[in-house]
Amino acid sequence: MPASEELIHLDSITKVYGAGDGAVAALQEFSLTVASGESLAVMGPSGSGKSTLMNILGCLDTPTSGRYWFAGQDVSRLNETELAHVRNRRIGFVFQQFQLLPKLSAWRNVELPLLYRNVRDRRSLALQALDQVGLSNRVDHRPSQLSGGQQQRVAIARALVTNPDLILADEPTGNLDTASSRDVLAVIRELNEQGRTIIIITHDPEVAPVAQRTVHVRDGRLVEQVAA
Amino acid sequence: MSLLKTIETGLRSLLGHRLRSVLTTLGILFGVAAVIATVGIGQASSDSVTARITSLGTNLLTISAGSTVSAGVFGGAGSANTLTMADVRGLQDKVSAPDIGAVAPVTQGRASIVSSSANWSTTVSGSTDGWLVTNTRTIGSGTFFNANDVATRAQVIVIGTTTASNLGAGVGDIVLVKQIPFQVVGVLAPVGSQGFGNQDDLAVIPITTAQDELFGGGVQRILLSATSAGTIGSAYLEANQILLQTHHLSDPSQADFTITTQTQVLSTAQAVTQTLTILLASVAAISLLVGGIGVMNIMLVSVTERTSEIGLRKALGATPVDLFRQFVIEAGMLTALGGLLGVATGLAVGYIVPRAANIAVTITALPVLVAVGVAVVVGLIFGVYPALRAARLAPIEALRAQ
Ligand SMILES: Nc1ncnc2c1ncn2[C@@H]1O[C@H](COP(=O)(O)OP(=O)(O)O)[C@@H](O)[C@H]1O
Ligand SMILES: [Mg+2]
Repeated sequence: MPASEELIHLDSITKVYGAGDGAVAALQEFSLTVASGESLAVMGPSGSGKSTLMNILGCLDTPTSGRYWFAGQDVSRLNETELAHVRNRRIGFVFQQFQLLPKLSAWRNVELPLLYRNVRDRRSLALQALDQVGLSNRVDHRPSQLSGGQQQRVAIARALVTNPDLILADEPTGNLDTASSRDVLAVIRELNEQGRTIIIITHDPEVAPVAQRTVHVRDGRLVEQVAA
Repeated sequence: MSLLKTIETGLRSLLGHRLRSVLTTLGILFGVAAVIATVGIGQASSDSVTARITSLGTNLLTISAGSTVSAGVFGGAGSANTLTMADVRGLQDKVSAPDIGAVAPVTQGRASIVSSSANWSTTVSGSTDGWLVTNTRTIGSGTFFNANDVATRAQVIVIGTTTASNLGAGVGDIVLVKQIPFQVVGVLAPVGSQGFGNQDDLAVIPITTAQDELFGGGVQRILLSATSAGTIGSAYLEANQILLQTHHLSDPSQADFTITTQTQVLSTAQAVTQTLTILLASVAAISLLVGGIGVMNIMLVSVTERTSEIGLRKALGATPVDLFRQFVIEAGMLTALGGLLGVATGLAVGYIVPRAANIAVTITALPVLVAVGVAVVVGLIFGVYPALRAARLAPIEALRAQ
């Protein structure tokens, strides 16, 4: 059994897409451990399997084989509804394309994950999260009225509003200019300094130093581990 | 997600596509309104047919010439004039027909009546003094002609109020029917229009006079009244027995006459209107079904359009059940709204049509409830498939869809 201070323990995970001749092994015998409170950057070229890794880490998809323990629980064999509960209660996502709903104001977007766990006081929790990312003066703005950096910060607020164990960011600065990237990375670093576990997936060497540790993925395999 | 929040989210999405939602709603609206209006019109015509027929009295029998039982052989009802005055005398025999009250033979045609001031064409019936009772009519002024008038071929006439006012004639005046002078001895009390034409526009003369001077020898129909509503069955059997005798028929299946009771007429008429109502309502129900398919179509479009939103919601923790509920409720809201507006439209039709056109509409609670219920069920059924699609979308596929 994995040690208790481990938040994430991947044990020779393999993910195969398709079947027969067209089968693609996006991850092969992939093992990784992430401690609680750690920040990790996952780097690798396009097509190396980073997004596949993120989907499995985020409980958005299940591995073809191997075991995945999340906070001591084996989540590799959960059904869709159980995975939805894990995502809702323990994981916050930040996507490259922000993934905000265009018709909802900033705080309504931040409120979304709370709708699926029936919490009261959703507005004040959302406002608190927006305050943490420095957007308390933009709560009623729609995504279209915000800059790219501000939109990504709304998305970060949405990721942390549920007080998750893990924040997973897939190319969070991929669609941002340098200045906005710096803002967003500063927010992420701050969250980690407050003790939150963070995994950033990126192919941008400028981003990786934000994390304490960097791992490289190539052809679906872990190739080296570098301490920051 | 709470039900209230699900409804709020659904409303937001429906309002986000206002025109589309309105058009989808219209499909259900017309379906529901059509069901309510057609059933309402059917109900009204059934009611009025029933009212007309029961107003004629439930103890009445009509004997007509010809047989409907073996129509192929005898050539259909009324094809041959097999009824005679001898039949009438037989039916009037109190010994063999104790349950038959009044008997009135009728021969009828259209004729022009000329008064001193006007000329008016109407239905002229030749009959006997039994006419009043067997038609459940009463005299308004003057008198009806009596048995003696019939025996003596008196040239007397009783007219309806419409006929009287069109002719400008009253009791005591002389009018001409086919150049033959008749004295008006009575004017019938009015009954108003009952749908079978204007029952106040008619004239009645002694049948003997009619046979000799106007329409020739036959008897077209014989109207009977049973002594009470309770004896109608035995009156029927007596009439049948007497006519078989006077027509020298030993086999009842060879009967060259047909006896109908008002109850038979009533149930036939009700069956006909009911069939028509069901037919019309089925057509309307099909339009409801088409409306339901419209809802399904729009919900499928909505699921496709919102694939990435569905993926995001799933990533944030929405379960398949949450998404299923979301889309079923949206479909349900579209149809419920269409159903309610359809009821309003149906009621409006029920209010306007009787005033604009001369068509009665009777709206009762049952078809309204059924139409709305069916609309909502249709919406839910047709919403289920799109909702299942939404619930089954894999979050990673859905997120990639952008
Ligand atoms: N849904 C899928 N079906 C089939 N092949 C896939 C699918 N997703 C990813 N792949 C393949 O798996 C490999 C890894 O993809 P991905 O994890 O997206 O890499 P990265 O995010 O590093 O670019 C690629 O070869 C890609 O084509
Ligand atoms: Mg990728």
